[in-house]
Amino acid sequence: MIKRSLGERVFNVVNIILLIILSLVTLYPFLYVVFASFSNPLEFIKHDGALLSPTGFSLAAYQKVFEKSEIWIGYGNTIFYVVAGTLISMILTITLGYGLSKKDLKFSKPIMLMVFITMYFGGGLLPTYMVVRNLDLLDTRWAILLPTAINTFNLIIMKTAFQGVPESVEEAAIIDGASGIRLLVSIVLPLVKPTIAVLVLYYASSMWNSWFQAAIYLRDNTLYPLQMYLRDILITNEQTDMMQGTDSAERQALSSVIKYATIMVSIVPMLFVYPFLQKYFAKGVMVGAVKG
Amino acid sequence: MKKTSCEKKSSGFKNWFVDAGRDLRKNKSIYLLMVPGILFYIVFCYAPMYGVLMGFVDYSPARGILGSEWVGLKYFKEFFGGMYAWRVIRNTLVINLYSLIFVFPMGIILALMMNELRSMKFKKTIQTTTYLPHFISLVVVCGMVVDFTSSSGLITNIVNAITGKNYTNLLYEVDMYRGIYIVSSAWKNFGWNSIIYMAALSGIDMELYEAAQIDGAGKWKQLLHITIPGILPTVVTMFILQIGQMMTIGHEQTILLYNPVVYEKADVISSFVYRYGLENAQFSYSTAVGLFNSLVNVILVFAANKLSKKVTGSGIF
Repeated sequence: MIKRSLGERVFNVVNIILLIILSLVTLYPFLYVVFASFSNPLEFIKHDGALLSPTGFSLAAYQKVFEKSEIWIGYGNTIFYVVAGTLISMILTITLGYGLSKKDLKFSKPIMLMVFITMYFGGGLLPTYMVVRNLDLLDTRWAILLPTAINTFNLIIMKTAFQGVPESVEEAAIIDGASGIRLLVSIVLPLVKPTIAVLVLYYASSMWNSWFQAAIYLRDNTLYPLQMYLRDILITNEQTDMMQGTDSAERQALSSVIKYATIMVSIVPMLFVYPFLQKYFAKGVMVGAVKG
Repeated sequence: MKKTSCEKKSSGFKNWFVDAGRDLRKNKSIYLLMVPGILFYIVFCYAPMYGVLMGFVDYSPARGILGSEWVGLKYFKEFFGGMYAWRVIRNTLVINLYSLIFVFPMGIILALMMNELRSMKFKKTIQTTTYLPHFISLVVVCGMVVDFTSSSGLITNIVNAITGKNYTNLLYEVDMYRGIYIVSSAWKNFGWNSIIYMAALSGIDMELYEAAQIDGAGKWKQLLHITIPGILPTVVTMFILQIGQMMTIGHEQTILLYNPVVYEKADVISSFVYRYGLENAQFSYSTAVGLFNSLVNVILVFAANKLSKKVTGSGIF
């Protein structure tokens, strides 16, 4: 048993209390959203200040949100973008990263330089937009999937992982007659599984959260990802169509509660998977930091 | 092995091509695998770099870059001569400076506080809650901010109670905007920012603490002489990285939060480029401003890297 001085014990208690307060402050906005989303709209709108429980109880907001087809169109599109986008990104990242990890390749250095430059200098918003436009990708799903397909940080993480595979493993496989894509898929990839898992998470979550690509490249709102619908509802306040058939006082009350229900519907899936995935994300930060 | 490549250099151009051809043939399958990735970089990174020429011509989409009239630095002069150049540069720098002063230390302090915890379970809980906002999309975070700061929103009510004033919508208050921006980005990122320092802390040799205890050093002395020096290289590196980004502010959060009433204090270079290029369709002007910003960023990053090498002995590249 180590003896601790009074000062140390006081410090520990204060430290713990401060951390608890900090976590509560971090969590409270979420709790507020939860409480507000289940509140009775008319009572909620009369209420001022913080909430410690729902004011009244009503599922009216959720009912409106679930009736709203846009949310589901958005969800459908987002799932498509996440799956297809992650697949495309991973294929490109793995194939290019694998080649770049080969030091004996004469062109791997120049190609690496070409990749590297893009981390620090880019054409910018408008020139990129023009490229997408000239390729006739505006208002197509490709405009969401392709322009950000490779994240250079992720590519470097992938390359580093491949470099960690002992050469002898590949040499043995080559002697056994494996080559090219078969060597990569059946021998090398299983050895870098943890990195692949982290990168899949990275690409999938950035696609899940992405909205700006859609905002500039898409006009047709049937292609919108969920985040774009959320922006319309939460920030630009376009929810008139949800309100048909309600009188104006009720409408106003309902509209504020609907926002909270919308937030809930959009973040609940993330809240469920997050505690399980958090450590992989954190691991990715470390891998990136070592190299970056 | 290294020597052979030097010898090759002297034997001239022709040999280089022969070598290159041999290399391409020998590693054909690997090069083929790389083609899609290389195409991606050419199309979506290098073609836009050619596109920066738009900033030097009177660009019209119908005539293309080469068909449009060359105007040299006209748009750069227009930007610097105009009334907005100073405003957007100042806002970019000031918001970055605030974030350096207020947000940057939070991750370090949080890591130091968590490092003192003995219960692993409690530590995990704190980590899970403080990392959480990082996983919420920016749109939702800004949506919450917009809502909380609207009339009779949660934060508006609190601010009104404290100041005794009667604000209706805080995002329309010129003097409130930057504070809201900084607090919301701090809320989203401070937990996540602590990860890198947590890693640095876990890398400190435990024997140093044991030795210090034997020597009778208290907690405070240990913090001052072991912990802080232990994470200092990481802190310095992160600090220098931030300095390298002083002229960069992502447009996304700004576009989601700002409005014309607060442009005076809110509009940054990237949001200005977005608004002029995509909302007002002033392609050449917007490209010129964007190019100016990229060039400054490159210079800052290189300067920061050089500084980092000088101070910590290791740079970012």
